[in-house]
Amino acid sequence: MIKFLDVSKEYKNGVKALSNIDLNIEKGEFVFIVGSSGAGKSTLIKLLLKEENVTEGKIYVNELDITRLPNRRVPYIRRNVGVVFQDFRLLPNKTVYENVAFAMEIIGAHPKEIRRRIPMVLSMVDLSRKASSFPDQLSGGEQQRVSIARSIVNNPPILIADEPTGNLDPDTAREVMNTLTDINGRGTTVLMATHAKDIVNEMRKRVIALEDGRITRDEQKGGYGLEIPNN
Amino acid sequence: MWRNRGMGVASVTSISAVLMILGMILIIILSINNFVADTTTKFDEIQVFLLDDATDDQLDNIEEEVAKNKGVVSILYESKDQALETFKEEWGEDAYLLDGLEKDNPLPNSYVIKLEGIEFAENVVNSIKGLDGVEEVKYDKDVINKLVTFADYIRLGGIVLIAILVFVSVFIISNTIKLTVTSRRREINIMKYVGATNNYIRGPFIIEGVLLGLVGAVVSILIVYFGYEYFFGLVNEGLYSLFSVLLVTPKVIFTDIAIIFSAIGMGIGALGSIVSLKRFLNV
Repeated sequence: MIKFLDVSKEYKNGVKALSNIDLNIEKGEFVFIVGSSGAGKSTLIKLLLKEENVTEGKIYVNELDITRLPNRRVPYIRRNVGVVFQDFRLLPNKTVYENVAFAMEIIGAHPKEIRRRIPMVLSMVDLSRKASSFPDQLSGGEQQRVSIARSIVNNPPILIADEPTGNLDPDTAREVMNTLTDINGRGTTVLMATHAKDIVNEMRKRVIALEDGRITRDEQKGGYGLEIPNN
Repeated sequence: MWRNRGMGVASVTSISAVLMILGMILIIILSINNFVADTTTKFDEIQVFLLDDATDDQLDNIEEEVAKNKGVVSILYESKDQALETFKEEWGEDAYLLDGLEKDNPLPNSYVIKLEGIEFAENVVNSIKGLDGVEEVKYDKDVINKLVTFADYIRLGGIVLIAILVFVSVFIISNTIKLTVTSRRREINIMKYVGATNNYIRGPFIIEGVLLGLVGAVVSILIVYFGYEYFFGLVNEGLYSLFSVLLVTPKVIFTDIAIIFSAIGMGIGALGSIVSLKRFLNV
């Protein structure tokens, strides 16, 4: 589903964010990307979203080489990748319903289809009762769930979460993780970049560790891995 | 759009200002064009002075040659006596000064050739210049040429000025709405992540720009029209009524101005939005 072939990214200011990344993620996997700040997690995600372009190497998403994609096609590949951010990124003057519907509107979905699907998706994240609320009337956890709902409303094969629990308390964070696990259970490939040690250790999914732009560890059922073994 | 009223007012004011300047330039150009068109019709005559001893054959020949040209409306023969009479009429009270000239009339016989338009003058003149019996061909070549060239320059200058103004105003507008545009940065970013195409994002902004432009156009149309009507009225009364002949009437220009202003206003608005989006948000 996602393939990185010898990918390197060097920014214009000389910073080499990623070096020789080789990566293969199969459909349906749940993968944590861990690493300290500056390790390259955000860059990895930006490359997947074509927010930045690779300096070297190729990236395949769903068999498509996105590194050679012209700019005008970028919106279309982004519609295949749902994104959830740490700061939720909801439109402040739209209701919950409208925020989620927005994702369908921009791809030109039929109003009837929108009316049918939104309630479904909102109930998946347990927010049906808050459909007419505005973001500033919701808690952090609720806002994040709206964000998740928006990211999956078009049924993308991939969901990318960049520090989704960063602004949330542990309990709410767990709820969000439950939702993500559900979504993964339905077949969506989930890629989550995170600092959240506990969550990673608890869930024991595949963990890919980045350090100084390189992959230093890639293990199934992995832990966060910063424990220093006692000698 | 309604959130940022200050920005809207600034944009509308900018567009209005540009359009009003444009309007004044337009009025000047139209008036000059009018004037030139008017006066050149007064110069649509050629007078061919004939030698006193021109034979009938020669005269016939001249008439034939003239008639061959395009744009000749009429060829009238004016004898020296008729010419003297015309002179006396023109001089009115002072005609007595011309008494005594009948015996030895210095005025020549002539053909007065009326033309459809100034542009035909050159050809006609060239066709008869060297003919026997022709003493001199008189037409106000220089004046006409100067006028036509003058009008052309004015027109050209006007177009250049307008082009510069439009360019400048698009730039001003794009800067004016910079704040509105950048304040929507978050929104636009989110739209991009969710997969909206650039055109989809641009749409509302362009509409906003067009509307602002339209409002600006309406404001300036009203100001220019009523202002000009007032000005024209002032000029018409009293001593300056002669001057008013030069100016084009307000009613005549209203529809043209309405259309031109609206089109340009909306164009500037739309372009301003597009430029602003490109410059500040890379959309």
